[in-house]
Amino acid sequence: MSDESLRIGVYVCHCGSNIASVVDVEALAKFAEGLPGVALSRHYKYMCSDPGQELVKRDIREFNLNRIVVAACSPNLHEATFRRAAEDAGLNRFLVQMANIREQVSWVTEDREEALRKAKAHLAAAIRRVAQHESLQRQFVRIQPRAMVVGGGIAGIEAALTLADAGRQVILVEREPSIGGHMAMFDKTFPTLDCAACILTPKMTAVKLHPNIQLLTYSTVESVEGSVGNYRVKVRRKPRYIDENMCVGCMLCIDGCVFTKAKFPNRFDQGLGMRKPVWVPFPQAVPPIPVVDPEVCLQITRGKCKQGCVEACGERNAFRFDQKETIEEYEVGAIIVATGFKTFDPSVIPYYGYGKYPNVYTSLEVERLLNAGGPTGGKLVLRDGSTPKRVGIIHCVGSRDANYHAYCSRVCCMYSLKLAHLVREKTGAEVYSCYIDIRTPGKGFEEFYNRVQNEGVRFVRGKVADIMPASANGNGQGENTSNALTMKVDDTLLGTIRKIDVDMVILAVALEPQADANDVRRAFGISCSSEGFFLEKHPKLAPVNTASDGVFLAGACQGAKDIPDTVAQAGAAAAKALALIDAGQIELEPNTAWIDEKMCSGCKTCIGLCPYKAISRDEERKIAVIDPALCKGCGTCVAACPSGAAKQHLFSDEQVHEELEGLMSYA
Amino acid sequence: MSESDFKPKVVAFLCNWCSYTASDLAGTARIKYSPHARIIRVMCSGRVDPTFVLKAFAMGADGVLVAGCHPGDCHYIEQNYKTMRRHEMLRYFVERMGIEPDRLRLVWASAAEGQYLAESIDSFVADIQRLGPLNWSANWEENGQRAEALEAIVHEHEEAMEVAP
Repeated sequence: MSDESLRIGVYVCHCGSNIASVVDVEALAKFAEGLPGVALSRHYKYMCSDPGQELVKRDIREFNLNRIVVAACSPNLHEATFRRAAEDAGLNRFLVQMANIREQVSWVTEDREEALRKAKAHLAAAIRRVAQHESLQRQFVRIQPRAMVVGGGIAGIEAALTLADAGRQVILVEREPSIGGHMAMFDKTFPTLDCAACILTPKMTAVKLHPNIQLLTYSTVESVEGSVGNYRVKVRRKPRYIDENMCVGCMLCIDGCVFTKAKFPNRFDQGLGMRKPVWVPFPQAVPPIPVVDPEVCLQITRGKCKQGCVEACGERNAFRFDQKETIEEYEVGAIIVATGFKTFDPSVIPYYGYGKYPNVYTSLEVERLLNAGGPTGGKLVLRDGSTPKRVGIIHCVGSRDANYHAYCSRVCCMYSLKLAHLVREKTGAEVYSCYIDIRTPGKGFEEFYNRVQNEGVRFVRGKVADIMPASANGNGQGENTSNALTMKVDDTLLGTIRKIDVDMVILAVALEPQADANDVRRAFGISCSSEGFFLEKHPKLAPVNTASDGVFLAGACQGAKDIPDTVAQAGAAAAKALALIDAGQIELEPNTAWIDEKMCSGCKTCIGLCPYKAISRDEERKIAVIDPALCKGCGTCVAACPSGAAKQHLFSDEQVHEELEGLMSYA
Repeated sequence: MSESDFKPKVVAFLCNWCSYTASDLAGTARIKYSPHARIIRVMCSGRVDPTFVLKAFAMGADGVLVAGCHPGDCHYIEQNYKTMRRHEMLRYFVERMGIEPDRLRLVWASAAEGQYLAESIDSFVADIQRLGPLNWSANWEENGQRAEALEAIVHEHEEAMEVAP
């Protein structure tokens, strides 16, 4: 478009004082007035507010503007806002360009003069660029009205039930043989002390019975293709060696197994309990279908066994020793990632003696010991079967420690208080809780802390520097049994080093990202924050969205959090997924590539560069053809095309060249 | 003119998904960095056409920074690997055209690495300040040399430049 017919409206936003306190917005608006094609230039306190948008709309109508430039925040925040405002006023929404003078200028620059120079360069670049913009048609595709939830802990369960209750089809994928996640391992939950199983198992059963939920346990996501609204997810289903449709969950096979004694560590019990080759993680498992461990089952390892299990199964005839791993493909419109966390391995901190002294436990191990369905039937006992009389709890193991995780794991203070209460309730033992700070910011949390204090738990403010056998220390205060350990702690309130003898030490271990979080992240095309938890799109504006549209986050995979927060977040993720798939259709990225047929020589350079197979060669016309539905708009083919035939909407060579010229003219 | 008096012109091409988001994060976190880098957003570092880089130099840029997602993390699966190859080619090319290849830098910054991106921009600007202003024409004694250099490049790459059938 020639300069004469261009009527560009320029709007410089103060963003309150966020921009105006550093960038001279008045001078910036004045500067834009003199640039070619600019019909009017204004500055306003809050461009994104209703009056700000109204200003743009009124000007478009009144002054016949045909291009809009807004110098304000990042386009990631408000480009959509101003595109919509332009459209409301009858201007094609793609004739709008933003200059980022907040995130990239006012917030990162100290020198006011330099800030104005940089803002001018960015604004001039946007003005030169928008002159090259063209009207584009918006393109839409249909959305698959189904969702997939990955991870069957409390987050995944809540999200799946919410979507299913709204009448949507949900595929719930869980890698363990049963859903339930970490919550199923706990005995009680803070601060209300409801029994975890009592509140979780009804939800687990509801998942199993829900007509809208397809439950895929013992399965993992293999790959994810496609994009928002139309994801194709391949799911790897591990063989259970038991036909899920034939098994009634009677568990007689476990009794019938030729191994009379359970001798393999059950990972659900943190290895404290034993299982047989045919097993279920816990009695209330959902689905209530055992799995056969192919590494220890005699029939599978040696091809020869009396098959007591098959005999016990009888005419139900559910065993399938020839079952193979399968890959199934599902098409879904939205995905909720709820893959949870793992607990920190404290054996890497040598002075806590985990793995060296048998009576040093992790908090998760103690959860299993306290659980009525756990390896000891809910009795808190030491390795030798005796009941501890003095118990030490160490907070912040792996958390708030520059050597391991700088972050606070948020739940450890509360679960340590809960464990202190349960230990006292079940054994009457003296409990010493060694903390750095007690953090109880949730609803009812501080009250729970007061309650546990009143119950006689002794709180010692200080880091434990060492744990050693009590015999190595002559000044012990407790009974000198062979199991006894001494905690050496720097009591910062008393200002002395204390040595406290205990029978049992509980390490309040940090929550950390799953070991395979990086693979999961790559499969779903999402990012991680520096500590390795999955990154939300925006901490406040889009806390359950991710950089990949249509992929949402729920639960501790996004950051350490407790059950109430997890359930709330799962509900939010489900609502977001629902809003997406209920829309029925979704707009394609406008910045797709296209081929100028007259210029294409058919050299095929572009074809091999496209990872989406969006480009093919029309053999008759001997030219490249791009399928706009497959193109994701990266522009790599455009940069590589030797003849300039490959072009990209919104990122044409001309647009970027003009932007560069604007930038350099005022650099 | 001392190094710190010299205000270099640096153009930074940032990919939308990782490095541009990192620059937004640097802003949100109020991390201060050199104002001499001017930013252009592209959807992917793979979109950075060699002509963009050469045009920037031709228009007087003293340095060009290209930033993308970390290898393996590209929003478009693998396009940053193509950027990596193109970057090597460009370094080779600009050097023969009389531009110090260190005036061109490729950086990987994830959406979470606002601090790192800011530091990368700062260290690049400092390096460019050490190199001094790009005085391209002064690198050629006479115009004929430029044509000779171009011919030499074409000659070295005759095979690679042959158009695929």
